[in-house]
Amino acid sequence: MTSSLIGARVPRKEDYRFLTGSGLYTDDVALPGQTYAAFVRSPHAHAVLRSVKTDKAKKAPGVIAVYTGPDLAAAKVGGLPCGWLITDVKGQPMKEPPFPALAQGKVRHVGERVAVVIAESAAQARDAAELIEVDYQALPAVVSAAQAKKGPALHDIAPDNTCYVWALGDKAAVDGAFAKAAHVTKLEFVNNRLIPNAIEPRSVNASYSRADDSYTVYVASQNPHVERLLMTAFVLGLPENKVRVVAPDVGGGFGSKIYLYAEDVVCTWAARQLARPVKWTADRSEAFLSDAHGRDHVTVAELALDKDGKFLAMRVRTTANLGAYLSTFASCIPTILYATLLAGQYTTPAIYCEVTAVFTNTAPVDAYRGAGRPEATYVVERLVETAAREMKIDAAQLRRKNFIRQFPYQTPVALCYDTGNYEATLDAAMKIADVAGFKDRREQSLRRGKLRGMGYACYIEACGIAPSNVAGSLGARAGLFEAGEIRVHPTGTVTVFTGSHAHGQGHETTFAQVVAERLGLSIEQVEVVHGDTSKILFGMGTYGSRSIAVGGTAIVKALDKIVAKGKKIAAHLLEAAEADIEYDKGVFKVAGTDKKKAFGEVAFAAYVPHNYPLDKLEPGLNENAFYDPTNFTFPAGSYVCEVEVDRETGDTQVVAFTAVDDFGKLINPMIVEGQVHGGLTQGIGQALTEGCAYDETGQLITGSLTDYCIPRASDVPMFKIDTRETPCTHNPLGVKGCGEAGAIGAPAAVMNAITDALGVKDLPMPATAQNVWRAMHRA
Amino acid sequence: MSVKVSMKVNGKPVSADIEERTLLVTFIRENLRLTGTHVGCDTAQCGACTVHLNGKSIKSCSIVAMQAEGADILTIEGVAHADGTLHPMQAAFKENHGLQCGFCTPGMVMNALDFAKSHPNPSEQEVRESLEGNLCRCTGYHNIVKSIMAGARAMAASK
Amino acid sequence: MHAFQYHRPTSSKEAATLAGQKSEGRYLAGGQSLVQAMKLRLSSPTDLIDLGTIKDLAGIKASGAAVEIGAMTRHAEVASSPEIKKTIPSLAAMAGMIGDRQVRHMGTIGGSLANSDPAADYPAAVLALNATISTNKRKIAADSFFKGLYETALEPGELITAVSFQAPKRGAYMKFKNPASRFALVGVYVADYGSGNVRVGVTGAGASAFRQTEMEKALGAKFAPDAVANIKVKPDGLNNDLHASPEYRAHLITVMCKRAVEQALK
Repeated sequence: MTSSLIGARVPRKEDYRFLTGSGLYTDDVALPGQTYAAFVRSPHAHAVLRSVKTDKAKKAPGVIAVYTGPDLAAAKVGGLPCGWLITDVKGQPMKEPPFPALAQGKVRHVGERVAVVIAESAAQARDAAELIEVDYQALPAVVSAAQAKKGPALHDIAPDNTCYVWALGDKAAVDGAFAKAAHVTKLEFVNNRLIPNAIEPRSVNASYSRADDSYTVYVASQNPHVERLLMTAFVLGLPENKVRVVAPDVGGGFGSKIYLYAEDVVCTWAARQLARPVKWTADRSEAFLSDAHGRDHVTVAELALDKDGKFLAMRVRTTANLGAYLSTFASCIPTILYATLLAGQYTTPAIYCEVTAVFTNTAPVDAYRGAGRPEATYVVERLVETAAREMKIDAAQLRRKNFIRQFPYQTPVALCYDTGNYEATLDAAMKIADVAGFKDRREQSLRRGKLRGMGYACYIEACGIAPSNVAGSLGARAGLFEAGEIRVHPTGTVTVFTGSHAHGQGHETTFAQVVAERLGLSIEQVEVVHGDTSKILFGMGTYGSRSIAVGGTAIVKALDKIVAKGKKIAAHLLEAAEADIEYDKGVFKVAGTDKKKAFGEVAFAAYVPHNYPLDKLEPGLNENAFYDPTNFTFPAGSYVCEVEVDRETGDTQVVAFTAVDDFGKLINPMIVEGQVHGGLTQGIGQALTEGCAYDETGQLITGSLTDYCIPRASDVPMFKIDTRETPCTHNPLGVKGCGEAGAIGAPAAVMNAITDALGVKDLPMPATAQNVWRAMHRA
Repeated sequence: MSVKVSMKVNGKPVSADIEERTLLVTFIRENLRLTGTHVGCDTAQCGACTVHLNGKSIKSCSIVAMQAEGADILTIEGVAHADGTLHPMQAAFKENHGLQCGFCTPGMVMNALDFAKSHPNPSEQEVRESLEGNLCRCTGYHNIVKSIMAGARAMAASK
Repeated sequence: MHAFQYHRPTSSKEAATLAGQKSEGRYLAGGQSLVQAMKLRLSSPTDLIDLGTIKDLAGIKASGAAVEIGAMTRHAEVASSPEIKKTIPSLAAMAGMIGDRQVRHMGTIGGSLANSDPAADYPAAVLALNATISTNKRKIAADSFFKGLYETALEPGELITAVSFQAPKRGAYMKFKNPASRFALVGVYVADYGSGNVRVGVTGAGASAFRQTEMEKALGAKFAPDAVANIKVKPDGLNNDLHASPEYRAHLITVMCKRAVEQALK
């Protein structure tokens, strides 16, 4: 019975199973009669399928079935839907080309699925897949966002490969402000395409029972209910009540496991045809080709300032590469989650952003950790730092001059920030980073042949996604609430059911802390269950740093109902008026007396209702709640990065990184720190090592971990991190969310540091040794 | 084309008829159903499949099971004490929040166990270098490094 | 991985006999490259002849100024061998830089050289340390061993049994790693045998490892970093990929050579 579970560094409840090899990931599930799927994937970026011959494969050892696009079409299997409708500048809906689960007549990116083989063993499925003869008529391909409009058309409905042109902000006001600006800073850059690479590859194991005409789908997913909804309502036309989706332990997601993927659909459909379970697990090579990628913007950005450094306006033009098809949330990432963040932490009065989203012969692009907000932060923070250097104003000082200080604050790009204190995080970050001592460190580095640089990034993000009505008015085709259920057992222990899936975030611990604290129980008395549509009433899933702010609040609302009902029961047991009952740390008390009932006694009475107001109250103690937020939350923070560049080789090391974040109230600081460490490392990865590359014909050059470099332990330093707190004003826990912050703020901080070290204005990401060496030779 | 393979896994003799092309990791996961050893890549970068072969950490995705004929294999399932108590290295990962999604964790622990045998009090630098063959996408390594430093010291102290 | 037949000979003679019978067979040493290639179905031998239990292929023998390393000796064994640390410390250090800990526990010197990956580390050492590669048929001098991309002087079925290295007065290996694969983007091994006899082996930069004779000459005249610091290597014919252009590789050869000399002088 501790009173300090909120804010405590409670060791994680989930760790034991992971540390002993007893976790259960999708590929660990083996079902009676198991079969295995292997997909034939296009080696061409763009081609007509003249024929697909499956005869030899069908006769190969162990093969049970082979299916191609026409088989799925004949069975009326629908295409994969997009969950967000963007309306373009002319008021027209975005172009939504069909996204078939298996290619129909044409392939549009390397790795697109052409056929599937299902066999008794995974090896037999692979062997047989090689026997499928596909006659491709190769077509010219277009790969880069910049070239898309001029390239060969991928889809008939979008002859110029444009999905939409969308804009936000007051263009006239912005143009006017630029006309009278004392200084304009302009940058042109690419926000590099990234490949998520959760260490657990995607996996699905679908089964069908003729006994009750029902499906069970194990899948490595961040949101099993959304997977089920999309699959049943839009693709397979199945009754939702006949489909159970289980996302068991999931080995990281970072966005890439939000979406409904074609492999999930094909395996589920095939399980019904064969009445046997069908399993597919991506190998890493397939993951590179077929997981949704992230980022990939080409941007021209300008900041107008007055002579004192006050920001007057910002103008941004971005071309966003959506890849060959619209993935589940692809359309809202470079728009709703990007342009709305361009105010950053500043009072810039006028902002205009125009986004052209294009199709190319590459893998689909969708949300990857941060999703739009890292791209926005990169625009704002690279512009601000560059402006400071150009105007010879201290970079921190320029930021302070423009910080938002009055809350709530309505930005010119739709969002209304409820609270924040940007000065506080910047002050703390500068102190921890010892900014004052930087000059000395720079000299010491020089003596060792290293160029040292320092850069800031002061980011903001919109999390706690999202008020459903706001999202709906912007084109969302789903609600964005969350659901929670509290089941109090007769003996007074509690099971919590949450729609927020965890795949590394530690919900089983964090949510248990909230519940145990509120009910006055020990953490051991609270169990958190997630990830199974047969157990959880509903869930919108885990993305956009929404779990604690939205999912946690749903749980708190359910807890409030439990306590309210408990008071009624306690009033009866204590023969007191309900209004006189107080609840505190596990005890119901009659105010001003020593009469009390423990939580466990009340729970027992609810399930053994012998002395119970049955005429007025149902027995049992089980409550659920749905919570739809009234606003986004706005985590923000200040990062300071120091790098050292090897003058001879260009090799760049992050030698110090300080992050001070404001996530509102913290439930488990240990877990929060872990989230920040991971986010920072992915952000550093984007800046230094990670860059997806296709060649001109659409072949993926970075198709394995031997070419695509995700950071290793030796690529990052020990992080110096701290937090400051301005509690969120519109949820009961005062929480904002912390999952994406590091990945949002880090790239700009790192690139600001490297450009400082080199004395150059701009440098492409990733700043690999070769890229830095080239920049030094140009400089 | 099947062939018989025999070895000792977590102290127990095991044998099975397998296809010759069966990787050691496939044998461990599919034949023995010891699914704590994971597969995260196909080019030997990620290290999620790390096990011990005759006391040394190796990547079980990078050898065929027949190469382990007669060998002593230790997997993550064989690390904790018989009563379920965590090994000091496992305990250090828990105490230091050295894991998040848990997928790379078995490989991290197996590699760390072997490393700690020869490094009873490793520096941060040594630990980072020892992780050249293990990728984690969640933790940013910060707490893994702390875990291994603490775990190695705990192992040395418990000798 | 495609299906294959597995063989476990107990002697190198038996292994070679098997190899003679199986035209599409491959020797399996540690498997750290071959098994990867087979998994990706880039290599599909009909037969694998596992050398893992052949006793006469393992072991390290040091005699005076030379070290002989059995073909099946693992990288980790070379890195930690007291004899090698004493006789050719730079070779032990180099072996400790190959791949990662787990790979070093399985990977072998014989396997590495037979595979002759253009970015492998051992080839630089073989050239710089004037090694002799012993096979079941003959002895091959380092300078005539590497023939091109994944190509060596080995004939079909020929089996490396041991590699012997000549200890230099001093030497060092410097590796600039490919950030993703951790193979050498450029690795330079410098060995000073005295009396102006310096050998410089370069890996990662060309189709196979090669000697950099201009640097050898300069270092022969004066074994000091500044002797090579200003040598401009020609990029013509050097490898070109995402991570390094020929120009960048050429530049790195100079920098890594200079740093190897600095290290050797420490």
